[in-house]
Amino acid sequence: MSDPVPERTSPLFAVHTELGASFTDFAGWQMPVRYTSDLAEHAAVRSAAGLFDLSHMAEILVYGADAGAFLDAALAGRLSAIDLMQAKYSLILTEDGGVLDDVVVYRIGETTYLVVANAGNRDAAFAALHDRAAEFTVTVDDQSDDYALIAVQGPNSRAILEETVGISELGSPLDELKYYRATDAFFHGVPLLIARTGYTGEDGFELYLRSDAAVLLWRAIEEAGNKHGLVPAGLASRDTLRLEAGMPLYGHELGTETFPAQAGLGRVVALSKGNDFIGRSAIEAGPPADARVLVGLTSEGKRAGRAGYAIVSGDTEVGTVSSGALSPTLQHPIMMAYVDPAVSAPGTELAVDVRGTKIPATVTTLPFYRREK
Amino acid sequence: MSDKTTLKYTPEHEWLAIDGDVVTVGITDFAAEKLGDVVFVELPAVDSDLASGTVVGEIESTKSVGELFAPVNGSVTEANDAVVDDPSLVNSDPFGEGWLIKVRFTELPSNLLSWDEYSALVGE
Repeated sequence: MSDPVPERTSPLFAVHTELGASFTDFAGWQMPVRYTSDLAEHAAVRSAAGLFDLSHMAEILVYGADAGAFLDAALAGRLSAIDLMQAKYSLILTEDGGVLDDVVVYRIGETTYLVVANAGNRDAAFAALHDRAAEFTVTVDDQSDDYALIAVQGPNSRAILEETVGISELGSPLDELKYYRATDAFFHGVPLLIARTGYTGEDGFELYLRSDAAVLLWRAIEEAGNKHGLVPAGLASRDTLRLEAGMPLYGHELGTETFPAQAGLGRVVALSKGNDFIGRSAIEAGPPADARVLVGLTSEGKRAGRAGYAIVSGDTEVGTVSSGALSPTLQHPIMMAYVDPAVSAPGTELAVDVRGTKIPATVTTLPFYRREK
Repeated sequence: MSDKTTLKYTPEHEWLAIDGDVVTVGITDFAAEKLGDVVFVELPAVDSDLASGTVVGEIESTKSVGELFAPVNGSVTEANDAVVDDPSLVNSDPFGEGWLIKVRFTELPSNLLSWDEYSALVGE
């Protein structure tokens, strides 16, 4: 099949090649899937630290007098209420209440917000925001091509960033930076946004800066990370890390056919906020009572149920796996699946059809893994 | 470890070391690399009869599931228990300790690839 869209590469592509990365196509981007071993990279993030290139993510700036009010109307959360340098997980909904994208929004100025969207939804997210901005005094500006995003995740990530040469003028020391808060900084004179956010279930930071400074920052963090067990980590480990942490992945747990409440994200939708927002009436009407809901499932042995496999109760199909893998940390299979509400209670004994073999699986609460604080 | 250049290959990324009427079968380093860390291997039982081209086992990584195709008609004489116990051998030594099965065959397929042909196929 020929693809008319050329493969996109990160500003760090040459660095990854030098590190011997294997690449995978992700939403049209050539991104590192692993450098050496995805299990080793996964383990390093849980026990020390991992360095991720997430430059494929989309950065959309929203600024202007009405920025807060606009986002309250365009997204499912109440973004006007967040503090300066606070981050919030939110959703862009369709009129029908489905999920167009899940995003992290940072308030980086009094009337300036950074909306970080999934790479695969970049165009859809930008188009939705742009269309919804018509009535507001606001500019929606897709800056994805100018931004790099580097994540440092794992228990040693704070020490590593504190020792990274070139990071200076932090608005807040990293040890005082709370989860889902961000600070301004500079890296060799280039503006840098450091956020205590991530997608691994570990402590960690995400760093946004201009693309042309990405290679220098990556190398400086690697240098500081040497004695802290930092390893470059690819998207394969990122996927197993987020799955253990019970975090949804767009296209697997979320989509335009899924109501937030089905995915356990009802709390992300601010129905109590006074204003109207796109998708509100559909959300208030709610999904049908028998709509499938997202659960965690665990099984024994080594054979994991994979996305698309059927969940069965006896001979009756009662659900579908949305993500599944042998958990590298827990050493047994873990799955997220959409199942009928009647069989969604933790402890319910079901089975997953693994290529013709029914393997017993037990409904469990998410996340599968929670770090010790 | 076998000399890669003297082995035969299939388009399904399996290698064959032929010794008389017994062939040792494994997957190539290219296939192992594509799969990522192998975490589960299922092999056919000793003495089971294999039909060429059918799926007779599984090689699962954290990311995906690979199938083991029987490259010949024949009967399994040995399955590598070591690789079932420690699937990472498929990654660390695909042409050596990571071998999968030995099969006694009557006839070899005519479409096996040489190392040069296989290398060309995977673009190396």
